[in-house]
Amino acid sequence: MFENLPLWPVRASSGAGNVDALYIFLLALSAFMCAAIFTMILVFATKYRRRRGVEAEQIEGSSALEITWSIIPLGIFMVIFLWGAVIYFHERTPPRGASEVYVVAKQWMWKLQHQEGPREINELHVPVGRDVKLIMTSQDVIHSFYVPAFRIKQDVLPGRYSTAWFRATKPGVYHLFCSQYCGTMHSGMIGQVTVMEPAQYEAWLSGGSTTGSLAASGESLFQQLGCPTCHRSDTQGRGPNLVGVFGKPVQLEDGRTVMADENYIRESILSPSAKIVSGFKPIMPVFQGLVGEEQLNALVAYIKSLSPAPSGAAGKPGSGPTGTRLQNVKE
Amino acid sequence: MSDSPVAVEQHGPELLHHFVDAEQQRDAASLGMWLFLATEIMFFGGMFCAYLIYRFWYYNEFAAGSRSLDIWLGTINTAVLICSSLTVALGVRAAQMGKRKLLVILLLLTIVFGFAFLGIKGVEWYDKYKEHHIPGPSFNVDDLVKAYPQIHIDQQHEQIYFSLYFAMTGLHALHMIIGVGIFAFLTYYAWKGRYTPKYYTPIEMGGLYWHFVDIIWIYLFPLLYLIDRKPLR
Amino acid sequence: MATAAVVAEREHYLNKEYGIRSWLLTTDHKRIALLYLISITFFFFVGGFFALLIRLELLTPAGDLVQADTYNKLFSMHGQVMIFFFLIPSIPAVLGNFLVPLMIGAKDLAFPRINLLSWYLYMIAGLIYIHCIVTGGVDTGWTFYTPFSTAFSNTRVIEAGIAIFVAGFSSILTGLNFVVTIHRMRAPGMTWSRLPLFIWAHYATSIIQLLGTPVLAITLLLVVFERAFNLGIFDPTRGGDPLLFQHLFWFYSHPAVYIMILPAMAVESEVVACFTRKRIFGYNFVAMSSIAIAVFGFLVWAHHMFVAGISLYAALVFSILSYLVAVPSAIKVFNWTATMYKGSISFTTPMLYAFGFIGLFTMGGLTGLFLACLGIDVHVHDTYFIIAHFHYIMVGGAVMGYLGGLHFWWPKISGRMYPEAWGRLAAMLVFVGFNLTFFPQFILGYMGMPRRYWQYPPEFQVLNVLSTAGSTVLAVGYVLPMVYFLWSMRYGKIAEDNPWGAAGLEWKTSSPPPTFNFDEEPEVTWEAYNYEQIPAPAEVPVER
Repeated sequence: MFENLPLWPVRASSGAGNVDALYIFLLALSAFMCAAIFTMILVFATKYRRRRGVEAEQIEGSSALEITWSIIPLGIFMVIFLWGAVIYFHERTPPRGASEVYVVAKQWMWKLQHQEGPREINELHVPVGRDVKLIMTSQDVIHSFYVPAFRIKQDVLPGRYSTAWFRATKPGVYHLFCSQYCGTMHSGMIGQVTVMEPAQYEAWLSGGSTTGSLAASGESLFQQLGCPTCHRSDTQGRGPNLVGVFGKPVQLEDGRTVMADENYIRESILSPSAKIVSGFKPIMPVFQGLVGEEQLNALVAYIKSLSPAPSGAAGKPGSGPTGTRLQNVKE
Repeated sequence: MSDSPVAVEQHGPELLHHFVDAEQQRDAASLGMWLFLATEIMFFGGMFCAYLIYRFWYYNEFAAGSRSLDIWLGTINTAVLICSSLTVALGVRAAQMGKRKLLVILLLLTIVFGFAFLGIKGVEWYDKYKEHHIPGPSFNVDDLVKAYPQIHIDQQHEQIYFSLYFAMTGLHALHMIIGVGIFAFLTYYAWKGRYTPKYYTPIEMGGLYWHFVDIIWIYLFPLLYLIDRKPLR
Repeated sequence: MATAAVVAEREHYLNKEYGIRSWLLTTDHKRIALLYLISITFFFFVGGFFALLIRLELLTPAGDLVQADTYNKLFSMHGQVMIFFFLIPSIPAVLGNFLVPLMIGAKDLAFPRINLLSWYLYMIAGLIYIHCIVTGGVDTGWTFYTPFSTAFSNTRVIEAGIAIFVAGFSSILTGLNFVVTIHRMRAPGMTWSRLPLFIWAHYATSIIQLLGTPVLAITLLLVVFERAFNLGIFDPTRGGDPLLFQHLFWFYSHPAVYIMILPAMAVESEVVACFTRKRIFGYNFVAMSSIAIAVFGFLVWAHHMFVAGISLYAALVFSILSYLVAVPSAIKVFNWTATMYKGSISFTTPMLYAFGFIGLFTMGGLTGLFLACLGIDVHVHDTYFIIAHFHYIMVGGAVMGYLGGLHFWWPKISGRMYPEAWGRLAAMLVFVGFNLTFFPQFILGYMGMPRRYWQYPPEFQVLNVLSTAGSTVLAVGYVLPMVYFLWSMRYGKIAEDNPWGAAGLEWKTSSPPPTFNFDEEPEVTWEAYNYEQIPAPAEVPVER
């Protein structure tokens, strides 16, 4: 609706319409409230302008009125809150089976790597209709990944992963902006998201370099760094078996239980003493400073590939990841 | 803030011209000082907040750092401050009873205790300097890593403990120095006979400030020194 | 009609003593208010100058007026100067300082020397900040986010942090003074329920200043320490948490916006009551809403962090609380509007500003509903939508409140009337210029233009040009009052004690008041806004 009014960017994701609908509702509500108040003021200002011989009437107030015009707005606010909360909840819950793109932000560029392997700088190619989950971190300061056409935005922090997701619904080229001030060329840290028809996307994928999937490069790094010395695929290792670890709860030696998500894997590599798995000693060497962000992404992708692929794709039929499939148990 | 003695108004040093009577002046000073202390609580509160979060995340490093502090010096300092609060309280009572000499002695004692505290703190900081525990380019906690092989200590996280240690004790010490300065003024004017049973508000207000700084230390001591003093297995 | 000769004979706070020492060592709250008036006007023009350069750069999509680093410093310093050196002190330090003792029937504030100290701290802070500007400036954004401010910026972050730290103490002392004064120095008969709403709102503001500013102080101090001594409290490569900074920062900086708007609401109540010649509708509710805003204002800070990486559940909590804090503000707007019903309304300059305030504050406040809404905020956070939102409140609201208040109490402060025709013209220029400048920015924001952008894609240019054009009109509207207020001090019509026929103790003493405010201590036996007992002036005192 109202596609060509220059009031909002084009709607190119599955969520954009919902956001705009709420926005239009709020616009209408605000216009109504402004009209009501301004009209009343205009009427009062005219009707009750100062005139000779006419005194103002002292009115103390009206509790009934006060309560009414507190309760009714509060009720409307709760509706707005709920509506927005539902949208937000949906925005922050990536669907299972989404294909993943790792994003590394640095002053002042975006580095992206598809699960299937291709790398991009300041550009992201995605097919229409596929759920795409962005797993993002920064090499330096806080940035923010913002695609107005998709109505998504997520701050990208140093030292941890943050995620965002979208499903593009309309082929085209859309702005990508950094929206958290990050220094000199903050306004130059822009790029574009290119949404293509699935067939075109496949062609684009295969036309790229043959670097192999992210998980595959993670596997070779895993070997190179000597990880299998302790992380064997049986129970004899000095470190926990990593097969099937990702996505499951982990019992720590101090009694806590944590979920083995991307941030947990990342922290375990950079700062292993932070969380020791129950039954193991704190002997893992620290890899902070020895692996870069992109290498970390590859390692994380590899460890994820050691767990069974999540069931139930959220995308449309035929839109599941092609190219290298996620591996199951590997050793 | 206590009424810092400045130019004498027409009515005399006790009653300032814009107050209706002495009682209003006293009530205003008292409310003002309590509000000021509330702002100080919010000020230190920000740091306590940061401390709580990082202690939860990096307990081992905080415990190791805590053990590296000298518990005896810390305890002595705590005792010193508690004694100083006693002399302050007795000083207020001396002022109430019009005992000028006693008041001056107690105020001087308070200052002595204040200097003792600052001196001991200086010694502790110097120890930290020698041990390379001051955050910065020469920070090094290899000694702690060796001392506690059973827990893995991350040097960077340890640095956060010591950053907070110096920030918190440093700001506390700054408040102590200001307190000593205030008490120097109070001592001088007490000696001059300015404070009588009818007018000893500055002593009371200075006392409130001193008690507050003392209480901050009462919180700092266990939080910084007593994190985990159980004997190691 | 009082002649100039008669006025010169009567002693009041302006002519009691002459000479620079009598001003720089004064403890008279009225003189201190004027000292503040001069200093904050200076900083207003410094901040305004930065704004002008920003809008000039944004005329074209390319960065072609200044370099990127310079632009980044411009918006950072514009924000810091305007917030810490103009808006936060403005109404409390000028109008509040002048009027609080007068309105409650006291001879001065509770701590006159601390009041003077407060101004000196402000001046020291201001000098440090000016030094920061001329030695390179600061480019962290007004928000000092870490780790950029602690480990990456090459600018004078420490100096800016120290300056704002000192300015914060000035703010705390002002708040402390007001709270004690209002509690302890009310004249006999001036009960809490007889206080003007101006006092209620300043009381609420002072509570926020007292409890919130210290948290900013410690946060900035930690940033300064981290930068100066290489600590690692907010540095993620050392286990620190940049989000901790954001929580600590916004814990103050959200209540800070209420420090900026409550005093303007204070002015609004007084002006609307006077120029409708009526007691404000729902006095109790308006008074309590100020307190509610102060309390709830402390509970909503993380609505600035919905996309920062906080948990989903935290976001839900802060969103819902943010809607709660909107209710008391709405109550005020409804009450002011209801006051106009069956009033007797005059369209003086202060009243024009009051109308403008309601309009612009309503629009700004409604857009706050958009931002509290999680689903919308994700899209518009850190875009020009946010910029438009807060400028509607802080400029459309707070600055118009400040200007309206200056005009309303100018006769009391200076003993002169400003020229009414020019006053009305300036008010209208400000209103029109403001809307032209900032309304397009709502659209820009939803279209996706991020904030703090030195260069931008060409499709955003038209709206940017509109905005810059509007800012020139706004600038004229701001310069005019400075000119004619100065003019009026010499050539303006001599003011009577109560030219507006307004209620309130301040109007019962002469214009300007004597140094000790009242010839005799007042005794209050009437309710606030007793307009039925006050005859309206024969004509609204305008220049013919």
